[in-house]
Amino acid sequence: MSEGLGRYRPRGLSAVRLVWVFPDLLSTYGDRGNLLVLARRARLRGLEVEIAEVNSDQQVPVDGDIYLLGGGEDLPQILAARRLAAGGGLAAAAGRGAVIFAVCAGYQIVGTEFGGVEGEPVPGLGLLDIRSGRGERRGVGEITADVDPALGVERLTGFENHQGVTRRGPEAKPLAAVVAGVGNGDGTEGAYSGRVVGTYLHGPALVRNPGLADMLLGWVVGTLPPVDPRQEDLVLKLRADRLASQGVPA
Amino acid sequence: MSTSSPPSRRFSLPLRARLATTVGGAAGRASRLAGRGDGSVIGGVIGLRLKPDLLSLLARGRQIILVTGTNGKTTTTRLVTAALGTLGQQIASNAFGANMEAGLVAALAKAPDATLAVLEVDEKFMPAMLEKTGARVVVLLNLSRDQMDRAAEIWMLARRWRAALAAAPGCRVIANADDPLVAWAAGQARQVTWVAAGQRWHDDSWCCPNCGSHLRRDGEDWYCGECPNRRPPVRWVLAGDEVIDPTGRARPLDLALPGRANRSNAVIAFAVAEVFGISATQAMGAVRQVRSVAGRYTQVERHGCALRLLLAKNPAGWLEALDILVPPPVSVLLAVNAQTPDGKDTSWLWDVDYRRLRGRPVFVTGERKLDLAVRLEADEVAFRMVGSVDEAVDAAGRKSMEVIANYTAFQQIRATLGRVG
Repeated sequence: MSEGLGRYRPRGLSAVRLVWVFPDLLSTYGDRGNLLVLARRARLRGLEVEIAEVNSDQQVPVDGDIYLLGGGEDLPQILAARRLAAGGGLAAAAGRGAVIFAVCAGYQIVGTEFGGVEGEPVPGLGLLDIRSGRGERRGVGEITADVDPALGVERLTGFENHQGVTRRGPEAKPLAAVVAGVGNGDGTEGAYSGRVVGTYLHGPALVRNPGLADMLLGWVVGTLPPVDPRQEDLVLKLRADRLASQGVPA
Repeated sequence: MSTSSPPSRRFSLPLRARLATTVGGAAGRASRLAGRGDGSVIGGVIGLRLKPDLLSLLARGRQIILVTGTNGKTTTTRLVTAALGTLGQQIASNAFGANMEAGLVAALAKAPDATLAVLEVDEKFMPAMLEKTGARVVVLLNLSRDQMDRAAEIWMLARRWRAALAAAPGCRVIANADDPLVAWAAGQARQVTWVAAGQRWHDDSWCCPNCGSHLRRDGEDWYCGECPNRRPPVRWVLAGDEVIDPTGRARPLDLALPGRANRSNAVIAFAVAEVFGISATQAMGAVRQVRSVAGRYTQVERHGCALRLLLAKNPAGWLEALDILVPPPVSVLLAVNAQTPDGKDTSWLWDVDYRRLRGRPVFVTGERKLDLAVRLEADEVAFRMVGSVDEAVDAAGRKSMEVIANYTAFQQIRATLGRVG
């Protein structure tokens, strides 16, 4: 709950504060997975985790470490963008260097503008220099993409289900290059700028991409110790299984 | 045509439609003999190819009841059929869940003399099927996230329902008032029987379908703080294990089928029965006789272990299935596939809270058991991956086991166990 965040004790080195933004509006299909994966991977490193699930009738706290935005249908997406802009909490958090990880509709919201119900432009939060509109066809299926080598994260694997087409401005870098799937529509997938990361991998995007989850956590706490291999065995098998289904190596 | 005896309905069909149902029926029989399902769909497909307006022709002169929603269609169709059975008339029904146009055609063609038809309809096709059949009654059970890779987003679905029902003034809608999306979808229908059928899964109705604001909930009640949208006054109520009828009389349901979801389906069935002049008392006796539905809830014996089969296809369904599990130490087998009928996207696993499976033996199987395994690991549920039902039964070494599977995984398990129930 957002009011709980005000009661946080002064920041210890070991607590990571995760804020799930508007699950009532932006959570269409398994978006909770990102929260659970970040919490799990932080705890596996002995880090304490504080979780705030902030609904759209509550204020977004400004003192979180990682903010998660999920997917949503057109109307909730527009409403979420409007409320986030009016509340100002997310932009303030971004301003003080918090990490933002946004998927699908959330990815479009953190951009400068996106397409509304009839395709009309709707203003986004402008935290990422991207503009999104509606494409001709819905991109639905498994997606594989190679992450910008500067980020040092292994190949992305996920599921996409969107009709969005996203163009980057000069301030945003592509998160990855599409190997199989649709992504932004121009051969790139997602975007990032500073500590704001967006992707069309929808729902539980971090589940099959523990490296991406660790990158976000590392931005908050610095270098992370490795995870006990027994705790990673299953997810590595799942990655291999999904990548093999796309005919690409892990 | 002779008028001395009531003509068989079949002969009121034009020649080409008669040919279409005959050819379709032959194909259905051939398909059954070939061991491909119950053969109903192939017959309907062929019939429709010969005569594209076959459904409208077959529906003519009958009272059609369409049953739709994300969960509970097949069971509710069965319960409504049981309740209407007390009228002593022949009833056409697609009892095995073939719920697209070809399945409806097959069900009607198979029962040419039935003047009543209870037809389950896929939620995406309800508007088209309503138009084609001119249904007398449409039942709206619930709407929640399901197979997002191929289904429309659910607000969009609710919008289509709303428009279709507004355009069918002669149709009576039986709608679950406790599901805000359903209530909104039925909101412009001319005649509605509102049923307080409950809603266990709230995660798709936090927002007002009318204006998008955060919906307020106060016990059973829900209302929008920013527009006039609110829960309509109800005529039938599911209250715990009891049904409260329109006179205010409460009585226990005592169903053979387990769980809240089935109590909800039963109360909806009573509301449908009322439209046909059947009292709750009459309907109750018939509804209580239903023990399993298309293999669901069936007990199957395997190597000395009694397995109970539960089908759950989406987060709302899993929530209801987890609710009815018998308590530990009885072991649980979970099976998940991601074929086309299941949806190829397993993201929904992360919408289900599995934590209450902690502290009992849990086995996972199915084509996407790795996805499930990673999900359970995140919820700190101990489990074991197995390659088959038999492996789970042998490893568990207990007298009973609960099985929850999604669509094609369920069918595979039924095939392994011998198509019983």
